[in-house]
Amino acid sequence: MLHFTRWKMIAILTVVLVGLLAALPNLFSKETVDSWPSWVPKRQMVLGLDLQGGAYLLYEVDRQDYVQKRLRSLVGDIRKAMLQEPRIGYSGLGVQGQGVQLRVRDLSQLDEVKKRLEPLRNQLATSALGGTAVNEFDLTVGSDGLVQMSYSDAGLEQRIRQIVDQSIEVIGRRIDQLGTVEPSIQRQGSDRILVEAPGLDDPERLKTLVGQTAQLTFHLVDTGVSPTADTRKPGTIVLNSTDNPPVPYVLEEAPLLTGEDLTDAQATFDSRTNEPVVSFRLSSAGARVFGDVTAKNVNRPFAIVLDDKVISAPVIREPILGGSGQISGNFSIQSANDLAILLRAGSLPAKLTIVEERNIGPGLGADSIRSGKIAAIIGTALVCAFMVMTYGVLGWIANIAVIVNVILIFSIVTILGATLSLPGIAGVIITVGTAVDSNVLIYERIREEYRAGRSAIAAIDAGFHKALGTILDANVTTLIAALVLFYMGSGPIRGFAVTHAIGVATTMFTAFTFTRLMVAMWVRWRRPTKITL
Amino acid sequence: MAHLRIVPDNTNIPFMRMRKWTFPLAAFLSVMSVILFFTVGPNYGIDFLGGTVIEIQTKDEHPNLGGLRSKLNDLGLGDIQVQTIGADNSILIRIGQQAGGEDAQQAAIGKIRTALVDQAEFRRTEIVGPRVSGELASKGTLAMLVTFAAIAIYVWFRFEWQFAVGSIISAANVVIMTFGFYVVTQHEFNLTSLAAILTTIGYSLNDTVVVYDRIRETLRKYKKIPLGDLIDRAINDMLGRTVITTVTTLIALFSLYIFGGEVIQSFTLAMIFGVLAAIFSSVCVAAPILIYFGVRQDQMTKKEDVEAAGKA
Repeated sequence: MLHFTRWKMIAILTVVLVGLLAALPNLFSKETVDSWPSWVPKRQMVLGLDLQGGAYLLYEVDRQDYVQKRLRSLVGDIRKAMLQEPRIGYSGLGVQGQGVQLRVRDLSQLDEVKKRLEPLRNQLATSALGGTAVNEFDLTVGSDGLVQMSYSDAGLEQRIRQIVDQSIEVIGRRIDQLGTVEPSIQRQGSDRILVEAPGLDDPERLKTLVGQTAQLTFHLVDTGVSPTADTRKPGTIVLNSTDNPPVPYVLEEAPLLTGEDLTDAQATFDSRTNEPVVSFRLSSAGARVFGDVTAKNVNRPFAIVLDDKVISAPVIREPILGGSGQISGNFSIQSANDLAILLRAGSLPAKLTIVEERNIGPGLGADSIRSGKIAAIIGTALVCAFMVMTYGVLGWIANIAVIVNVILIFSIVTILGATLSLPGIAGVIITVGTAVDSNVLIYERIREEYRAGRSAIAAIDAGFHKALGTILDANVTTLIAALVLFYMGSGPIRGFAVTHAIGVATTMFTAFTFTRLMVAMWVRWRRPTKITL
Repeated sequence: MAHLRIVPDNTNIPFMRMRKWTFPLAAFLSVMSVILFFTVGPNYGIDFLGGTVIEIQTKDEHPNLGGLRSKLNDLGLGDIQVQTIGADNSILIRIGQQAGGEDAQQAAIGKIRTALVDQAEFRRTEIVGPRVSGELASKGTLAMLVTFAAIAIYVWFRFEWQFAVGSIISAANVVIMTFGFYVVTQHEFNLTSLAAILTTIGYSLNDTVVVYDRIRETLRKYKKIPLGDLIDRAINDMLGRTVITTVTTLIALFSLYIFGGEVIQSFTLAMIFGVLAAIFSSVCVAAPILIYFGVRQDQMTKKEDVEAAGKA
């Protein structure tokens, strides 16, 4: 137990040295580390939002909202399909629960109905290779003429997955435009997106940029009827403006243009009023449509609608043929800027709601770190003093081993790029507890063997031999617990499990190699014949 | 140089005879904890109940708390709790779950922000929506159960089934009593508390296995001595270690408690309790359980022979 070959010694000391080097950058500020020569390790620990401050936003796709919107557009598609020549007569077309239903009048046309609606089932590509394609909708055509198209569970699930993927892309583009923060955007489960922005002080701007659907549409306004009247034409909708109090408008439901027809958007100032506005440029197809419509509707107002709110309703003074225009709507410089970013990055495919939000100001995180450090230093000093009082020289060895152990934990956390959070620090503390315990186990065992009549060196040898078995069993048990928590847990549980698992591993490493090596070196140097423990 | 010895050598404390009252005590505390858990219930934080917590620091060093309270109550957001934490101008505001789904929570915090933005800095806001809060509880419980199962299997392979069951019962006892601690003290139970509970599970398992390892070794050494005396011998032999380790762990935890700042204070208090419960549980629950389950000493012998043969 006390014999080490030269190579083993070198290997152990190399691991410890590499650990020290890897942990070293954490002692210095980011600026200092950046100025170091390139061959020195520079990676620093990633601090969790609870320590560093920042925003944690968990979004969820609003299924109900999405399904309702999607089904409404399906109703439109079905109506169009039925109106093709030869027309198919139907009644009662509308949204029913998770689907759309209608009744076909002439039962002899059922086969034709099936043929026309089949393409609307919308085959979705599955992400998994070799996975079978899923249809978004199930189609049932009853012999009594009742036709139903409804979401299948697999279809809706797949659709939501796609929405999450698209949303992550859109959010990424939006945040890129912001430039200052570097948030991480991740899928969580099947229908959630986690946005984490470390170091961000004010989350409100991030929230406007991430969470807004930013669905832009242009509609013609029907000025011939009052918004409160029952005589609205079919195919029109009433939407409120963003004014306070809101002004209702009657709009044609089918949009002239959507945000997808835009190729560019920029925040500028209106040349006459000097107010912040957003200028946009249309694609060539969009420009043609816009030119035609504006030529036909001079002196009628059209509405610019963002997420079901009318942001402005200018009157068309002359045909707009150039394919560019501007949106004015009581913007501040920042809100004009934000809208331009949103329009450039595209709209979200569905509404996202925040289901969990945590914002920690940087001041609070810094306070936590500061008091944590003070407590750690005092705690370590007291534990070290106690160990030296109890074990003398061997106590010093134990202290060095525990400190090396903690440094190794931090270096592995640094190398892996894992995040250190407050629960993670708890994991380190409990490791210090078990690491001290491993030394105590060894020393108490040595003491016991010595009192049982062995010579000093034989007792040390036997003490290590027997205690290491115990340490192995105890630590493997805790390691299993930590690993299970790591794989099953999320957030704080995972933050705890990471450092705890690493800590158990380093505890075993130091107990089996480093502590043993140090004790062996001490034995070789002092040749103890008596043990005073 | 004379070293500090807290525990004298050659102690002979009859732990197993003491089980007549330590065992019922452990059972009583556990049952009480369960009863209190279901009757009184822990003081759940927003992580499990949903709701909003805002921590602000007012620019005024000694703000008028009553004025602040009535200003917030005027917003009509239901029950609002306002309390200072630490310094006079560090204020915690809690509002309950707002009716109307996730968007309503956002609207509520918007109102508070507008009301207070001129007079305070927002240090922390946490909003947990109704859907997430339920999941956190169920996920945490599931993680704990799977951990228990995995540990039981490992201990069963390394020891005997009696040890596996014993270590789980002992760890469960610690968890239940720590829950009880949260109910009795009414410290807020949140995700950090969950981390504290997980830590005590880790500590408890570690400690139980250390005790079991020694019991197994003693079982192999002395085959003729009655099981109860054997276990006593094992525990007494390592009493020095148990006490020294407990003292060092408590030193570390108490310095965290005193100097570690507000945020982790209730967390460390729970851990201090948990560590004590873990030590009590491995000596007074995990060890005597082996007697009730009737660990057969000949099983140990066989295994040792196999191990010896393997090493040869």
